Order: sequence, then structure tokens, then C-alpha cells
Amino acid sequence: MTSPLQQKIKITGPSIVTANRTGDGVVIYRTAQHSWSTLLAEAAIVRDADSARTLLAEAVADDVGAVGAYIAPVEIGQDGEVRPGNLRESIRLQGVTIGLRAPA
Amino acid sequence: MYAYDEIDRTLVSERVSEFRDQVKRRLSGELTEDEFKSLRLMNGVYLQLHAYMFRVAIPYGTMSSKQLRRLAHVARRYDRGYGHFTTRQNIQFNWIKLADLPDALADLAEVGIHAMQTSGNCTRNVTSDQWAGVAPGEVEDPRIWAELLRQYTTLHPEFSFLPRKFKFAITASEHDRAAIKIHDIGLRLHRNAAGELGFEVLVGGGLGRTPFIGKTIREFVPGEDILSYVEAILRVYNQYGRRDNIYKARIKILVHELGIDKFRQEVEEEWLQMRDSVLKLDREVVEDIRSRFTYPPYEKLPHMPEELKKAAHDPDFEAWRKNSVALHKVPGYAIVTLSLKPVGGPPGDATAEQMDAVADLADRYSFGEIRVGHEQNLALPHVGRRDLPALWRELDKLGLATPNVNLITDIIACPGLDYCSLANARSIPIAQELTRRFANHDTANLIGRLHINISGCINACGHHHVGHIGILGVEKNGEEFYQITIGGRADENAAMGVLIGPAVPYDEVADVVEDIVEAYLALRQRPDELFVDAVKRLGVEPFKERVYATR
Repeated sequence: MTSPLQQKIKITGPSIVTANRTGDGVVIYRTAQHSWSTLLAEAAIVRDADSARTLLAEAVADDVGAVGAYIAPVEIGQDGEVRPGNLRESIRLQGVTIGLRAPA
Repeated sequence: MYAYDEIDRTLVSERVSEFRDQVKRRLSGELTEDEFKSLRLMNGVYLQLHAYMFRVAIPYGTMSSKQLRRLAHVARRYDRGYGHFTTRQNIQFNWIKLADLPDALADLAEVGIHAMQTSGNCTRNVTSDQWAGVAPGEVEDPRIWAELLRQYTTLHPEFSFLPRKFKFAITASEHDRAAIKIHDIGLRLHRNAAGELGFEVLVGGGLGRTPFIGKTIREFVPGEDILSYVEAILRVYNQYGRRDNIYKARIKILVHELGIDKFRQEVEEEWLQMRDSVLKLDREVVEDIRSRFTYPPYEKLPHMPEELKKAAHDPDFEAWRKNSVALHKVPGYAIVTLSLKPVGGPPGDATAEQMDAVADLADRYSFGEIRVGHEQNLALPHVGRRDLPALWRELDKLGLATPNVNLITDIIACPGLDYCSLANARSIPIAQELTRRFANHDTANLIGRLHINISGCINACGHHHVGHIGILGVEKNGEEFYQITIGGRADENAAMGVLIGPAVPYDEVADVVEDIVEAYLALRQRPDELFVDAVKRLGVEPFKERVYATR
């Protein structure tokens, strides 16, 4: 498996770095304060490939705290609200869409 | 049921201790994720979208009530109160914490359940006919041989680091309920002209990105030679299988590229060198395993008891009985399928409460034994026919008596994008919508046998290629689209479905399926011409025309 850091980084809009927390697998987002948050609103936003690579490298370096870090797109609303940029990330944030046993 | 011996119990117990230590070292940072990944995969632990996913093996689809209760316990204590039965006789828990996994494994080990062979590039959980040992006309209980293979392949060093995962399926019936033709090795137990017991061996079947129907490599391998023959196949695969390209690493690619004749030649040459080695099975070894499969003390019961005659006046009972109850090899008994496909429900899911209740019902009505099939339903394999009405009432209360087994709403679906990190599109909501569209039992019955299979990506965990109607989720410019195939089947006449045209958006999938079904109802020659037979007779064109004429 190629390391995420060796993969070509292509950014087409605002992006964040997300992963799963090692101990329990919970979805987490890399913050500008060099830590992790379960809140998308607290995620560090990057807008170019170099910044994304730097943020990703920092996230990957925290191998104890997080698993499977990668760059994901987001949308920024007019009110500044950060929203997932695709369905996969919406599901990771909001839970399953099947109307049963949704995440607590 | 099969009774584990001391070796099995020790193996399972030691695995728990090893994994507990590995998890501890991972959480402390002593092991990196790169180092830990292969270790967790050897214990069925994946990382999915929301959490870790824990896949537990139910070898050849057989479990005891005690084991099912323990699965319910794991769902309740360590997960979110439910589990998902898969297309490979496994159960998956979707929300488990890494820190809890050793305890969950330990709890399962107490009742002889484990997660070995549920992931990684090894020989996977050996699957079989969920009616094994009770189906009329079976040559022999195929689980004896499945168990033999399980024992032989488990932790076998030569089969633990294969180019890619490797799946066996075994059947001993004329009608294949184990989908052996879409497995890396498919085994059909039968007798040759001399009356000897042995296997037709198929190789190179599989779905995914490059689907193939398995090819017969040998019409008859005597039972005593099956281990050496299988090992010869695996050795050729180990030698020539592609390790440089994950998409070309399965044995099906090797068989395809070499050609079955050349592949056979390689295997036969290998086999000649080992056929008369220690791998030749002693009669005592097979007998020992055979003796560890115990069968219930069946009573002499009537085929048509008074209870059944009386219940036959209830149309709801009759609707269920016709689809859910199958003939048993012992007169007076029946095999009962428990539908895990309620209207609007995720296919294959069962709550902890349902699992506990099924375990209780198994104790009362099925000698404490439960089966799971690749169609993602459960079965009670030894139900006295006199007990069918009482069992039905209990199942109905539990939501497990939907009378749709083998009908259009008995949908096979992978977890899809709601859970899976590989998926491109959702599967479960499509299945849920289809079960609502075809919820009317009379309509479903009018349509007859029709299997819909849904996969959320090309890896094909929902076996979409072999669905009578196959639905494959793809992603196009950030949107979910679905390719529709028709005419596939997974039985002894296995075939790949044919694509009917361009992919359709999420919101139109149920409409498209309705169009296909309406076309079928209009075009079938007789009410008993199955959908899949009509497609074979007519080809895809009439269906394609119907679907795309207005799109």
C-alpha cells in the first residue's frame, strides 16, 4: 500500500485532513492547533497542495492517535460553516443513511 | 453440530492472548499501524468509515444456540446491538472499539468462535450449503470435508501469505446453494460411476473487477486425495500468482491467463509429486471428523400432522410456509429459512434481541442448531413439521417471518457506502426502497423467484454479477449511479449478468427495476417461466428497450 504522503496531492477547493481515532475508530479531523477534533467545524482548512501535504504529514506522524489519515474536500458556506464536500464524508460525519441503528 | 477438540480450543484460546498483546502494543504506540494492520486483519478487524469492523467466522454456516447467544452478547456489549450476516457465512459488527476487541474475541472463544480466516491474503472461511446434512438427496454432509479443509488450512504457513485472498465453497447436492462456481476453488461432492466418493474440482471462479465462472479442473478427485489436490492448486498459485498487482493477484486471473489446460497440467505435475505423501487422507482421519458431527435424535413424526392441516387454513401461514419451509431428509421434519429481509430493513441485519430469540427458538424447535446462508438469511435445520405453526407465530412476532424467501425482496446487499471504506455508492437504501416497492406479497408472488443482488463497488461483496437483477453502485462526478445487469445466476448453471445500458442515478434505480419486472411479466411465456429463464430466452434487448425508451 502506498503511503498517503507518496500519493500525488490534487486540491480543487477547500480541504481538510481526516482520520479515525486509533482506540475506538471514531471519525476525527486535524485541527490548526496540531491536534484532533471530532468536530468538522474545528478542522484546519487548506486550500493548496503544499499546505495539504504539510497538514497530512503532521497527521500521519501521529500514528498512535490516528489511523488512515487522508485529505478530503469540504465546502464552506456563506456563513462560514464547514460542510462535507462529498457523500462519503457526509456519511462519516452524520452517520448511516439507512434510518436504523444510526450512530449515537 | 461439530464438536471442537482440544487442539481447536487451544488454538482459539492462544489466538486471543496473542491478539490481546498485539492490541496493547498498538495502543501504547509500540506497534505502528503499518506493523499492526496485518495482525488485526488476521483477526477479522478492518477499519471502515465510522469505526473498526469486526468480522467473525461461522464456518460452513453452522452454529449452536449457545454460539448465537454469544454473538448477541458481543453485539449488545461491545457494539450497537446488532450484527450483519454477510454473503460468506460471517457476521460483522460495525462499531466495535479496538480496545474492546480482545475481550470480545475472548468471549467468543469460550464458545468456540473466532475470527481467523475472515480477512487477509489467506484461505478464507470455508463455506458450504446452509442445508448441509439435512437436504434430501445429498451425497454426504459436505461439512465433514469443509471442516477437514478448515483444519488443514487454518494457520497453514503456505496458505497464510498467498498473492491474494482465497475462498473455498463446497456442496454435495445437485442444486448448488453454496455458489461454488464463483469461488477460487469450488468443490462438488459426488460419486463416480464406480460409486466412490470424491469431488469435482472447479478453479478460478470469482467476481469483483474481473468476474469469471469457475472451470472444472478435474471431474473426479477421490476423497482421500482432496488435500493433496487442493495443495497442488495452491502451490501452482503461490508460484505463479501475481504479487505485483493487486488487481491481477487472484487465482482466477492466473487460470485465465494460463488457460485451464495449461493450469491443469501444472497442477497435475505438482500433484503427481505429492499425491502419495502424508497428505493422502487416512480413513481414520476422515472418520474422526465424521464422528464429531453429531445429528439430532430425530423422532418418527408424521409428514402431515394435524397442527399443519389446521394452520393451512390461515393464508398468512401458508404464504410463509410456501416460501420458507423446505423438505428435510428425515420424514416429519423441515428446514425453515428465517428471512432477515423485512420490508424497509437492511438485508442480513439482526438485532441482539432477535439473535437471542432465535437461539431460544432453536433450542425449542431445532435441537439447538442454526444455519446461515450466503443469501444472508438464517435457517433452523431440524424443525418438526408439527411445530411449524407455533414456530411461525413466534417468528412473526420477532419480524423474522417475512414471507419473501427467494422472492424479489429477498435481496442480497453489501453494506455499501453507509459503512464500507471501499464503496462508491450506497447499497442498503436501494435495497430498502426496493423492498417497499415490492412489499405487496401477492405482487412478489406473481413475479416468482427473482434474486436481486446489490454491490456498492466493483469488489462485488453483494455478488451483483450473479444476481438475476444485479445492481452495481458507481460514482460519477461525485454522484451515485448504478449499473444494472440481468440474467446472472449463482447456482449450478452459474452465469454472469449482462449490462442493459448506461448507469442510472440513485433516485431512478427502483423505477428501473419496476420497468424490468413489468417487461418480464408482459413477456414471459407462462407464469412459471422464471425471470432468469425469460432473460435467457429473450436476451437483454426487450428489457433494455423498456428501461431506456423513456430515459
